[in-house]
Amino acid sequence: MKILTVRNIQKSFGKEPVLRGLSFDISQGEVLSVIGPSGSGKSTLLRCVTLLERIDAGFIAYGDLVMAKTDEASGKAVYSPAPALQQIRRRFGLVFQNFNLFPHFSVMRNITEAPIHVAGKSREEAEREARALLEKVGLGEKADSYPCELSGGQQQRVAIARALAMQPDILFFDEPTSALDPELTGEILKVIRNLAEEKMTMVIVTHEMAFARDVSDRVIFMDDGAIVEQGDPKQVIENPKSERTRAFLARFSNS
Amino acid sequence: MTWDDILNIVVRMAETSLTTLQLFFMTLIISLPLGLLMAAIRMSKIRPMSFLMRGFLLVMRGTPLMLQLVFFMYGVRLPFPRLHVAVVAFGLNYAAYFAEIYRGGIESIPSGQREAANVLGFSKRQTFFRIILPQVVRRILPPMGNEFMTLVKDTALARIIGVTEITSFAESMQSRHVTILPVVIAGIFYLVMNSVVSKCFAAAEKRLGYYSP
Repeated sequence: MKILTVRNIQKSFGKEPVLRGLSFDISQGEVLSVIGPSGSGKSTLLRCVTLLERIDAGFIAYGDLVMAKTDEASGKAVYSPAPALQQIRRRFGLVFQNFNLFPHFSVMRNITEAPIHVAGKSREEAEREARALLEKVGLGEKADSYPCELSGGQQQRVAIARALAMQPDILFFDEPTSALDPELTGEILKVIRNLAEEKMTMVIVTHEMAFARDVSDRVIFMDDGAIVEQGDPKQVIENPKSERTRAFLARFSNS
Repeated sequence: MTWDDILNIVVRMAETSLTTLQLFFMTLIISLPLGLLMAAIRMSKIRPMSFLMRGFLLVMRGTPLMLQLVFFMYGVRLPFPRLHVAVVAFGLNYAAYFAEIYRGGIESIPSGQREAANVLGFSKRQTFFRIILPQVVRRILPPMGNEFMTLVKDTALARIIGVTEITSFAESMQSRHVTILPVVIAGIFYLVMNSVVSKCFAAAEKRLGYYSP
């Protein structure tokens, strides 16, 4: 079953095209990694499918809910009305590169605020679920701490728990380990690996090639706002067909 | 001048200071929310609104409060008691300063906070009141402390339109008894009030400091 459908999306910042007609699908339970050089449009892609940026043209749908489609007459993307978009927001979660936890809330409140005030859950239910999620990411003891008291790796694990608390169909990661010291990336990757084993549908923008190869079902290599190559992670990362993919990956294996 | 005279001045000045305190608190009640509204209009994406508000803020901050008091008293001729006319002028003037402080605070919150709230499905209203504003309050406490202390002292300007407050009372006592002592006592009154303001802000900063490392 297709959870996310993206067709020919285009996006420019001013006159600078950032996404030049991308298309891909995500199926239930699939883990997709997006790799590529900085400035290739990976983050913009995530921001477009999570409604943080608006596309200029193209089609995006979550299951049967259409987020945006190109108007035939004008050629411009038209977004669905606000209530539909709000319904779509409930279907995905996003984990940011720099966590973006709410500094004035405790860990517990960071996780429960949206379930209570957006999803309308009772405080007891939200807190019970939050505790289970904190256990899952290995931070059962930290419910009453504030983000500033946690390490980067711990903050990112809270951010993952916060996203999971809204029970998304699909979870996006925007370079989840890029702001972390190398010794802390492991704890994040482990959490993502566990989620993959539970068949959580995920799209991960990452520079961790070995991780992308091991954990994903499919890899997309992006360059200059377009998908250059996609397919089986082993094939794309170890034996890329495209010259550009090969050149990009060579820099990683050399380092 | 006898000790009785001095005691009498202190007691009557304490009574007069109630007017000063009324002006102080009524100004805050008006200007704190009004400043937030002005900041919202100032940051509005609707260009003409933002432009007009910029002009208004420039006038309110760029002309003497004393002139504004005279303007509202004798120009606009508001049908209120003098104290309330003073509250209107003070309220608008201080709201203008608060608007700029709010704006600075709001713009200093990283965009990631809004984005995280947006992705979690918070409405714009929820995002502002639950996520942004509490962090803004924490950040603007020091400049707000300054404004509050200035306001305590600025209340003395209300005498221009005939409000009897601490300074005008001190002046009249000074000419009656031909001594500077009432002015010194008035100074002590302001100092005590501002010590309380300062203490309150120190306590608030400490209370809201729980989330900084």
